[in-house]
Amino acid sequence: MKKIYKMQAVLLAACVFTGLAGCGREKSNIMTITNVSYDATREFYESYNEIFKSYYEEKYGEPVNVIQSHAGSGSQARSVVEGCNADVVTLALEHDISLIEKTGLVDSGWKQEYDNDSAPYTSTMVFLVRKGNEKNIKDWDDLIKDGVEVITPDPKSSGGACWNFLAALSYAREKYTDTAKQNEFIKKLYANVSVLDSGARGSATTFVENQKGDVLIAWENEAMMTVANYPGQYEIVTPSVSILAQPSVAVVDDNVKVNKSGQAAGEYLSYLYSENAQRLVADYGYRPSDEKILNEYSDKFNLNVKCTTINDFGGWDNAYKQYFDDGALFDKLCN
Amino acid sequence: MEETVKLKKAKKTRVIPGFKLTMGITVTMLSLIVLIPLASVMVYSLKLPPSEFIKLITKQNVVYAFTTSIVCSFIAAVINVIFGVILAWTLVKYDFPGKRILDGFIELPFALPTAVAGITLSKMYSDTGILGKPLAAIGIKVSYTHLGIIVALIFIGIPFVVRNVQPVLEKLDGQYEEAAYILGASPSKTFFKVILPELRPAILTGFGLAFARGIGEYGSVIYISGNSAKEHTQVVSYVIMQKLSYIDYASATAIALVMLVISFLLLFAINVIQMKQAKRTNNI
Amino acid sequence: MADDKNRMGKVMNEQEKFEKRKKITKYVLITISVLFVFFMLVMPLFCIVSSSLKQGLGFYFKSVSSKYVVSALKVTLFATVIAVVINTFFGLCAAWVTTKFSFKGKQVLATLIDIPFSISPVIVGLAFLMTFGRLGWFYPVIRWFNSVFGANVRIAFAIPGVVLATIFVTFPFVSREIIPVLNAQGKDEEEAAALMGAGGFKIFFKITFPQIKWALIYGIILCTSRALGEFGAVNALSKTRGETFTLPLEIDALYMSGTENSITAAFAASSILVIIAVVVLVLRNILEYRAKKKGQEQAAS
Repeated sequence: MKKIYKMQAVLLAACVFTGLAGCGREKSNIMTITNVSYDATREFYESYNEIFKSYYEEKYGEPVNVIQSHAGSGSQARSVVEGCNADVVTLALEHDISLIEKTGLVDSGWKQEYDNDSAPYTSTMVFLVRKGNEKNIKDWDDLIKDGVEVITPDPKSSGGACWNFLAALSYAREKYTDTAKQNEFIKKLYANVSVLDSGARGSATTFVENQKGDVLIAWENEAMMTVANYPGQYEIVTPSVSILAQPSVAVVDDNVKVNKSGQAAGEYLSYLYSENAQRLVADYGYRPSDEKILNEYSDKFNLNVKCTTINDFGGWDNAYKQYFDDGALFDKLCN
Repeated sequence: MEETVKLKKAKKTRVIPGFKLTMGITVTMLSLIVLIPLASVMVYSLKLPPSEFIKLITKQNVVYAFTTSIVCSFIAAVINVIFGVILAWTLVKYDFPGKRILDGFIELPFALPTAVAGITLSKMYSDTGILGKPLAAIGIKVSYTHLGIIVALIFIGIPFVVRNVQPVLEKLDGQYEEAAYILGASPSKTFFKVILPELRPAILTGFGLAFARGIGEYGSVIYISGNSAKEHTQVVSYVIMQKLSYIDYASATAIALVMLVISFLLLFAINVIQMKQAKRTNNI
Repeated sequence: MADDKNRMGKVMNEQEKFEKRKKITKYVLITISVLFVFFMLVMPLFCIVSSSLKQGLGFYFKSVSSKYVVSALKVTLFATVIAVVINTFFGLCAAWVTTKFSFKGKQVLATLIDIPFSISPVIVGLAFLMTFGRLGWFYPVIRWFNSVFGANVRIAFAIPGVVLATIFVTFPFVSREIIPVLNAQGKDEEEAAALMGAGGFKIFFKITFPQIKWALIYGIILCTSRALGEFGAVNALSKTRGETFTLPLEIDALYMSGTENSITAAFAASSILVIIAVVVLVLRNILEYRAKKKGQEQAAS
């Protein structure tokens, strides 16, 4: 029997050792902050981190390092709640940051901390079609025609897909006053969806790499990136009505206290509003929150889209309950 | 009376040493690495009142997902058994050029990250892919259908069958076959009556493992399945991920618990069969 | 006489027929095997390799030597080595316990060991987060430990979490390979040796080990391959690129970047895993070949 206890002690020691070995990661003198973001911002933050690093070093005379983390916005919020050591979060939905706020990690009032509801850039939903636009897609109406194959991700697992759904609903509301007709529109639209991927990037792959479908409903910045990456193969169609998506940013106050990285984290977010950063934002296909710079890029962005906001749907919590919860509108119409 | 008690006792004393030590290590490590973390999940789902639990797991899309996962995994596992046995047989019994290379490819599905496998398969079998195009021409669609799920599950399950059957086949004495042949049995009869029974536990293990792995599979399936609720091509893991995206721990852990029970029962059955077989061989 | 000859001829004929049939079976089976492996396994591999070389060798080497890929490779190898060592040790113990002894609840124990095979990786990640994550019950212990010793131990979202998840998913691989062989073997020899007074370790190394040697190596190889490729479970526990990312996560990140360059880079990174797997397999083949040759020589002399 004694032997067993000895063995257990050894094993326990081994486990503790593994734990210690892992944290042996040198916390060198360089200040390091972690930015937990969502899928569509990989390329933007990769560039932004470079200009931020040189700005910070110039201003404070000490270097800073930024580590990135990207995945679906909802699952990123969850991982911060579950203990991912994020200093700042830059997520797709305000709702995702509210979730973190509820657990006490982010102080309430984060939305007022930075300009424009703490949304340094915005985006909207557009259509991506193949070169030539064979099915002649101009607006949402064209998506419900027979024989048009639509690609969009599953709202039940992707934040971007929720925006797609709400954008379509905005159009339906604009066109029909009758709720039954609005629902009919949505039903027809999703009957034309052939592949419901789990995320926005998955849908893009299905559409671009696997050549499936006639039209992809996508983030404007994603659509622009695809057009730039595959020159001459795709076209962007901006619908008459869409929704304004406001990706929000916040400092994770609790983690920052432990990491003693408050200064760098605060600078990281406020520098997003600087002119340099705002131009970079526009270069990567997001709409800058700075009106002046947005107007400079008026040939790049179609500024005539009529955009609804999440408030038109009673806020995110309400929208979720009404449309995306199990047995809610999406399930009723589309399954 | 006393005698039987003694006999029982005698039977209980173990001749081979090392029981306590190995038992201790096994149980400790099992608890630390597998059981305790799993228990943490289960505690969450058991907090739910039973009526709520039943409601969560009998939702239509959840039931469909379970059906899809179980049926597709079963079909894939059956196909894997057929080809797995053929492969193991070929690799053990025959010599031919390129055999070693063939042998080497078997583990590939393990080494490839499941996400890469999924992406590659969905590309290959899509209507414009190398295999999808000719198949689409004769009217068979693979990507984004149940067939696609089965293909992905065959891919990840094949090593389980081959690598379980192969070592047993290697140990199998050639004398059996010779004896059967001398006694006048035809080769097919020899195979089905003499060799197959010997392989049965290994085949069942391979089948069970491929089946069980298939039910839980995530990475390789989600890209090729299309995840349509309408077409019922969502698998269980995908539905769990859906729930987690909305921080719905209750539903996620409830589904997880059901999955855990299914796989436990499945694996338990395999182990019972295997140990019965072992007892038989020991008693002979 | 003639009758005899006739009968002989008939036997010969049957023998020939039998041999012919055997040959046909052989070729049919080989063909099926080759076709199956080609379509199910070689084609995807071919797809990966051709995709990874789409933009030339220069680009290939540039992408596999990028900072992120190198860091991810290190993490992957570290986790794999630890997982293989621990699981080999565990697998031997578990196989010994479940095959050499009979006790109550043996089937249950064996089944529990197999559980990691069939659990959805999504659940595995969740399980570790609910234990070691901020919401987990073990988290206060870590916090307490950190505040008392002034350390900065992290498990979830750090390397230890990655290692634990890798150990979890490959947990039963070694024992699973050994158990059927040991079961088929029975335990008479060990019992005899024990009755003659041999110790546990002696019995193991002299009697059991030679029998399970190949199964053990198979098991280790499977364990290594699976540890290298694990994605789902680690995905939940490792979020930071260039720090805690393993190679499969890095591949996913590259692929999800969606540009033509990064997709090619993703396939290039995948090819590293394929190369490692092939090297391991070649080593095994060489070892096995040598051992068999040695066995034959011994048998001959």
